[in-house]
Amino acid sequence: MTRIDSPPRKQSHSNGRARETAESLAGKQKDISVSEFFAKNRHLLGFDNPRKALLTTVKEAVDNSLDACEEAGVLANLAVVIEDLQPDRPATAKSSRYRITVIDNGPGIVRKQVENVFGRLLFGSKFHRLKMSRGQQGIGISAAGMYGLITTGKPMVIHTRPSAKKDAHHIELAMNTKTNRAEVTVDRETDDFPPQRFKTLNAGTRDPGFLNSEDFLTGTSVSIELEGLYRKGRGSVDEFLELTAIANPHARIMFVPPTRVSADEQDDLPQVHAKSPTPAAAPEPTVDAVSDAADIDPTITTVEKDGVILFPRGTDQLPPETREIQPHPKGIELGTLLQMKKDYEASDGGTLYQFLQDRFCRVSAQTASKFCDAIGVTSRTRIVSVEPPQIEKLYQVFQETRLAPPPTDCLAPIGVRQLLAGMLKGVKAEFYAASSREPDVYRGRPFQIEAAIAFGGELPADDSARVIRFANRVPLLFQQSACSSLKAVIETGWKNYALSQPRGSLPVGPLVVMIHMASVWVPFTSESKEAIADYDEIRKEMKLALMECGRKLGTYLRKRQKMQREAARRDVFERYIGEISKAINAINGTDAKKLYDALHKQAKRRTAIADAQLDEEGKMVKADDVEALKQDEGVVMIESRAAQAGEQVQGPSQETPTGKKIKSSEQGDLF
Amino acid sequence: MAKNKATGRKTSNSAKQRDKATLAKIVELADDVSSSAFKGRDIALDIPTRSRSNTVWNKKRGILQMGSAKSSRELFNLSQAKQFMQTCLHGNSIKQLIDADKTLSLRAMFYKGLHTVAGTSEKTFADQDESDVILEDMEVSLGALREELHVFAKKAGTMVGNITIVDNGDEIDCRRMGSGGYAVPSIVESDVIEFKKVDADFVLHVEKGTVWSRFNEDRFWETHNCILTEGAGQPPRGVRRLLKRLNQEHNLPIICLLDCDPWGHYIYSVIKQGSISLAFESERLAIPEAKFLGIRAKDYAECDLTDDVQIELNDNDKKRANEILNYPWFKDHSRWQKEIAKMLSNGFKMEVESLITKDISYVTEEYVPERLKKRDWLD
Repeated sequence: MTRIDSPPRKQSHSNGRARETAESLAGKQKDISVSEFFAKNRHLLGFDNPRKALLTTVKEAVDNSLDACEEAGVLANLAVVIEDLQPDRPATAKSSRYRITVIDNGPGIVRKQVENVFGRLLFGSKFHRLKMSRGQQGIGISAAGMYGLITTGKPMVIHTRPSAKKDAHHIELAMNTKTNRAEVTVDRETDDFPPQRFKTLNAGTRDPGFLNSEDFLTGTSVSIELEGLYRKGRGSVDEFLELTAIANPHARIMFVPPTRVSADEQDDLPQVHAKSPTPAAAPEPTVDAVSDAADIDPTITTVEKDGVILFPRGTDQLPPETREIQPHPKGIELGTLLQMKKDYEASDGGTLYQFLQDRFCRVSAQTASKFCDAIGVTSRTRIVSVEPPQIEKLYQVFQETRLAPPPTDCLAPIGVRQLLAGMLKGVKAEFYAASSREPDVYRGRPFQIEAAIAFGGELPADDSARVIRFANRVPLLFQQSACSSLKAVIETGWKNYALSQPRGSLPVGPLVVMIHMASVWVPFTSESKEAIADYDEIRKEMKLALMECGRKLGTYLRKRQKMQREAARRDVFERYIGEISKAINAINGTDAKKLYDALHKQAKRRTAIADAQLDEEGKMVKADDVEALKQDEGVVMIESRAAQAGEQVQGPSQETPTGKKIKSSEQGDLF
Repeated sequence: MAKNKATGRKTSNSAKQRDKATLAKIVELADDVSSSAFKGRDIALDIPTRSRSNTVWNKKRGILQMGSAKSSRELFNLSQAKQFMQTCLHGNSIKQLIDADKTLSLRAMFYKGLHTVAGTSEKTFADQDESDVILEDMEVSLGALREELHVFAKKAGTMVGNITIVDNGDEIDCRRMGSGGYAVPSIVESDVIEFKKVDADFVLHVEKGTVWSRFNEDRFWETHNCILTEGAGQPPRGVRRLLKRLNQEHNLPIICLLDCDPWGHYIYSVIKQGSISLAFESERLAIPEAKFLGIRAKDYAECDLTDDVQIELNDNDKKRANEILNYPWFKDHSRWQKEIAKMLSNGFKMEVESLITKDISYVTEEYVPERLKKRDWLD
């Protein structure tokens, strides 16, 4: 007989192990801190493998620096240095230890905030705001520091000078994952900002233009040691910085890569910028004499010299400041609504009527009134008295009511001229077009799409087009096929714009396509923020932007083809005139030279268009549609690169068929 | 007759006059070009159109003639520029030939004008065909015959029979030409070929050399007192000119023995009233009174030939036959309409050689003599 009040005895398994009960299990459960969770799930933050870990670290630091500079209203100067700490490792090593340092000339960080900024996950100013910014979640740099700590045991080293007149702070800290708090190991004042140590790395860094103290009166430098892998090619730090430079033409970025590049990567980026050490070798491209060519200088290009890669500043115009906006009723989840109610109770404690007007955009007194009526409360009902089921009803009413779309001045698009400046800097092409759409809304959130294309010049003609994607000015390097922007490019009919495009793929030709989405909340497909999720409104806007650019390209290409034909025609006449002059001279004794000149004059007159092309000034012919292109501020054309590319294109194809009919459309053009 | 010391070629006074006239025309062409160039006017050559649309059927005279339409070949037209240049080049070559009093073949003219255009890798002529076309254009636009341009074609055609000629000063008795026969030259003008003694009663013209050899071996020309010629298919200008002269100067009837098929009919039609491409030559080449002896569509039954000789008419043949039916010169000719209709209803064609199935010399001993006697031919 078993006594009921005796403690339950552990029953035995057949193999002798004691079985767990709910209680004994409960004893083992405990809280997991956020940091601990992410420590074990690094892939969620972009630290899956050594190469990506390196890239993510650079990305987070650079994003922060650019954001900080923009908020302070300064033109960003950035230096990114990657040092290989194990240069003598064997060739088969899958990773190495690196020190990554990013230095900026932003406003710096106040001493009190340093721990919070660098040593605490999910702490930041950006998460709770609906404002267009690069880091939507405050995870970034702290996670990188944590990763560094885990892989090398070394703390983050921060130098920051928030005030130009005072000394900088030198802080070293490491994150305690259990408490989700930073522990500071070194804390002192120093005048070593920007850190001078970097100036001795190589010949390029010894150049006084690198890390010049005058350029970095205030600012922050953060160094993280971690296990990573530096490789060039797709998805590399180089590509990230190159694209960042394109999307942020106001920024000046200097990059010092590690000298040793890991063995088995030869996947080079499609050559987009020239690494010519002597810019004088390439002919200076000339721009049309268009009045606002002043703000776009095609001679500015990326330069690599003595181990330092410089992405120069393309424009002195800062991006406009963005405003923060209130959420729009249609843009929030039910859970968020409930949370907002609770927050409001705690902080303000007023009526529902007031809550609706204060905490949402586009809710007027009248609208608030209507909402109250719809859920059966009055304008005086205190928010505390509103029950959750009523909040649910409110949420449904939100979705059903017609409301004005949210304000869009919270967005700061890159802008057409800036897009062109950025593309021009990074891509050596002959034709550039850019388009910036009007803002639109998806699910209650404002967004704006911009696109730019570069064509011809030195781009390879036989490859598929290269698509570069940006969200809030941050390049998206991975998961291209999952991204809405790529789908938009594929769905655009590039054949209409004189390009070839196999079905369901990217167009083929010397083309670079850039898409930028600016939004208070960019919808990503995953936490790693690599691909934009598909929304109809977004895709539609992307295609419209692409089509605008495509149209301009089409006009340009058709004109160029026509001019090539004209040039070919003129060549034909040139050749024969010589023969004819000689033959006629032999028959009737006419002076051959005089006859040649007379015939030549006629040839010129008849092929006037082709002649203008060879005019020294490089001015293009006066035709209506091309004139329109010239005046279009969304277009830049560089003839000299077109001429070089054209010579390669012409080749053997321009023999005149004898006795065969040429299509009347060709003949009719001129004759 | 002046004799060219270098070549031994004899040039008559009339030939010299002709040369002068030709030269003047070429120079006129060149002057046109240069004056237009200096005045800034369009530079073009007017070339009479050698196409069906510009061919006129002169019913009264029974020959095809060239109309007056001209097409303009412009220098500053992309598709014509090269031909314009080629025309100028040949003009120069011809002048040189006339000055040197020599002749060249068509192919040699091609080579003469062939070189690489200065400053390019393009040749002046892609192939001989291009050159030939230009020369024909020049004949027409200058109104001078190829011979007058001192250009000759490959010769083809053979003659044997009761005739003695003097060829470029050499006397040739065509009764004594053995098995080979006299090779008809490309130029058969009176200043080259003189008919010294003509005893024959008529000329029998056959399509192929092999048929001709049959007749020669059987010495048909001797037994029937005629001249025997062959044209190697579509007879070249030399042969046609020869036939024309024999017909015109000595009133010899021209009797044709050709295959019973659209090609044979076409050959006859060209001999009879001229061709479209050489319509400007019809005056000198067409023989409206030429007769078509055979092979006739009715011969299958009449000669009692076997099925083996039948060659089925293919779609091309039928198309061609219908085209010929509609030629203006056959359209109103009821007997020809019937002839072609009969062939079409037979559904097959027959070659002259099919008569071999009867007997090796059936054609020379029975077929032709019978029809000659009965005057059974079409004209």
